[in-house]
Amino acid sequence: MTFIADPITFITHWLTQLMGGWGWSATLIQVLLNILGSGILVLGAMVFTTVLIWAERKLGARFQDRPGPNRVGPWGIFQTIADMLKIFTKEYITPVGADKIPYNLAPALAVAAVLCVWAVLPFSSTVFGTNIGIGLLFIIGVGGLGEIAIILAGFGSNNKYALLGAFRAVAQLVSYEVPMVIVLLIPVMLSGSMGMNDIVAAQSVPFIVLAPIAGVIFFITLIAENGRAPFDLVEADSELVAGYNIEYSGLKFGFFFVADFLHAFTSALIFSTVFLGGWQGPGVENAPILGFVYLLIKTLVVYFIMLTLRFSLPRFRIDQMMNLNWKILTPLALFAFMVTALVNKLLPAGNNLIRIGGLLAVNLLLWFITNWALSRFITNQPRPVVSGARPVAIGEKKTVVKEETSA
Amino acid sequence: MSAQQFFFIVTAFVILFSAMMTVLSHKMMHSALWFVLALLGVAVIYALLEASFFAVVQVLVYVGAIAILIIFSVMLTRKAMEDTGSPVNKTWVLSLVIVLLTTVGGFLAFRTWGALKAFPADLLPVHYDIGELGLALVDPERFALPFEVTSILLLAALVGAIYIAFGRKEDNQ
Amino acid sequence: MTHEWLYLGIFLTLAMAIPVLALIIAGILSPKKPNPIKNSTYECGMETVGPSWVQFKVQYYIYGLIFLIFDVETVLLFPWAVAYNRLTLFGVLEAIFFVLILTGGLWYVWRRGAIEWA
Repeated sequence: MTFIADPITFITHWLTQLMGGWGWSATLIQVLLNILGSGILVLGAMVFTTVLIWAERKLGARFQDRPGPNRVGPWGIFQTIADMLKIFTKEYITPVGADKIPYNLAPALAVAAVLCVWAVLPFSSTVFGTNIGIGLLFIIGVGGLGEIAIILAGFGSNNKYALLGAFRAVAQLVSYEVPMVIVLLIPVMLSGSMGMNDIVAAQSVPFIVLAPIAGVIFFITLIAENGRAPFDLVEADSELVAGYNIEYSGLKFGFFFVADFLHAFTSALIFSTVFLGGWQGPGVENAPILGFVYLLIKTLVVYFIMLTLRFSLPRFRIDQMMNLNWKILTPLALFAFMVTALVNKLLPAGNNLIRIGGLLAVNLLLWFITNWALSRFITNQPRPVVSGARPVAIGEKKTVVKEETSA
Repeated sequence: MSAQQFFFIVTAFVILFSAMMTVLSHKMMHSALWFVLALLGVAVIYALLEASFFAVVQVLVYVGAIAILIIFSVMLTRKAMEDTGSPVNKTWVLSLVIVLLTTVGGFLAFRTWGALKAFPADLLPVHYDIGELGLALVDPERFALPFEVTSILLLAALVGAIYIAFGRKEDNQ
Repeated sequence: MTHEWLYLGIFLTLAMAIPVLALIIAGILSPKKPNPIKNSTYECGMETVGPSWVQFKVQYYIYGLIFLIFDVETVLLFPWAVAYNRLTLFGVLEAIFFVLILTGGLWYVWRRGAIEWA
């Protein structure tokens, strides 16, 4: 392989031969290369978050018709570096009565849970962290670690708002994992393996074409798992005062922030890998570095769509969110799974037009049925009425207004 | 000592220590968190045994669902964050003696068991394939019936739990 | 096979160690001036009312429970999905039957009203 076509493998081989020439054993070389590789990935991901934060602020500002950061450096690109410098030197204000170990462990665990996903993603046909055969389940499993981090944060803060916020956040995450896990069965079915490398290699036709409903449901649940708008109820400032990270200051809060933004980008990466074909594209057999470029382009497009949704849609209420999950997404995911399994078995195998067309047609049929069912059965539900005396501020006119209750 | 043995000993110590702290913690929430650490240790043991699917399932189901449920139910009690004092009662000397006797007796009894010194056999390539497990699950001659009965068992669990939770709620109202 | 998990172990260790290191560095760099007002827990700017334990709704627990059931079901289906391309139609129908039983469970939960928030 040449350096241009496949730089990472070239460098790895060169380093292996260099260290072999010094007489080091094979396992030691492997361990050292692993440490080097994972170190680069971890540091690279965390540094890349600064670019992401800048991009999100700029884009969000443009959506809201304002310039965004533009003072520090051209187009404000050094804004995040300035913010990070500031956050490094802010004081850690630990609330009284906080449990030391859960309180301090939570931010590190939150970031670690997101970073672990980068170990199993294939960035090109030759560049990946590790090819464990169960990459997809691993990605969902480390989401569970993130939930534990949230509980640690809420519980360790000795603050009832933090605890309430943490439980709401975990309830949301746990609920939205159900359709996500069900829908992820479909790419595993179509590619015959749970490893991310195999899923990408099987996508000569991207899975978003073969299973569009699965793709849409997965996209929605990824946004919900991340806690971004329109699902960002748990950090709604007017309701829960920043949720489970109220009592965090300084770099600890910075890490929750970093975990949030990095999770958004990682979700876009996962979606591009599983449904959009990852590093597949014209010409990757000869030059694997092109795979990395394709993946980046696809991820940035998906990330842009996520940002558009974030800055355009209003926030969901918690009961609307749970209704969406349990009454719409989960049954739809179950039916999509059953229908895809059955239809895919009945149609002739291979990437021929009949199979692709058949699966697309079945998905569209399911989509129309869902639309019809929604329009027929879910009427505009009247918001629950608060009756009885409710405390009003002194001096206000007492008018009984219909208001929704949310705990 | 090979690397596998070293990692196993470290993980075993972590699991045993977390299990002990689960029982001996003064606050219930701390017990729940030590329990999570013990579950993660078990997942590492699965990974060491090259059963990677089960390692991830352990994290996904146990840490991601069961540990969260346990933490929720701990928060349902009133004493979750209070210091309930030492959970050890005054018969601890006698129980420690009995446990030591049982452990030492067990070691002595199993000393001549050949499998105690054996290493796990190397796995065949067919054992690494999760698809084999999938094929076995729907094979009518192997595990198809338990597979279907499992779904009925899960249904029973779901219906039972909802009935208990909501049956009582209607009683209160 | 083991060397893949070795990579993951190294990666996990680094992914935990580097943030902890950064936190320690920031702890060294930042000023430390605790005073009792700053360190009190936050409650919208007022003094805290009542103990910091809150009775929460049992609905959280129900959601976790339903998630557990569906999680175990899906985890049982993953090996089936890996073997999907080698299965006959009978195998597919078995799994569909499996999922149908649990869809019935979801229907029961829905009708019972266990997934309403309020």
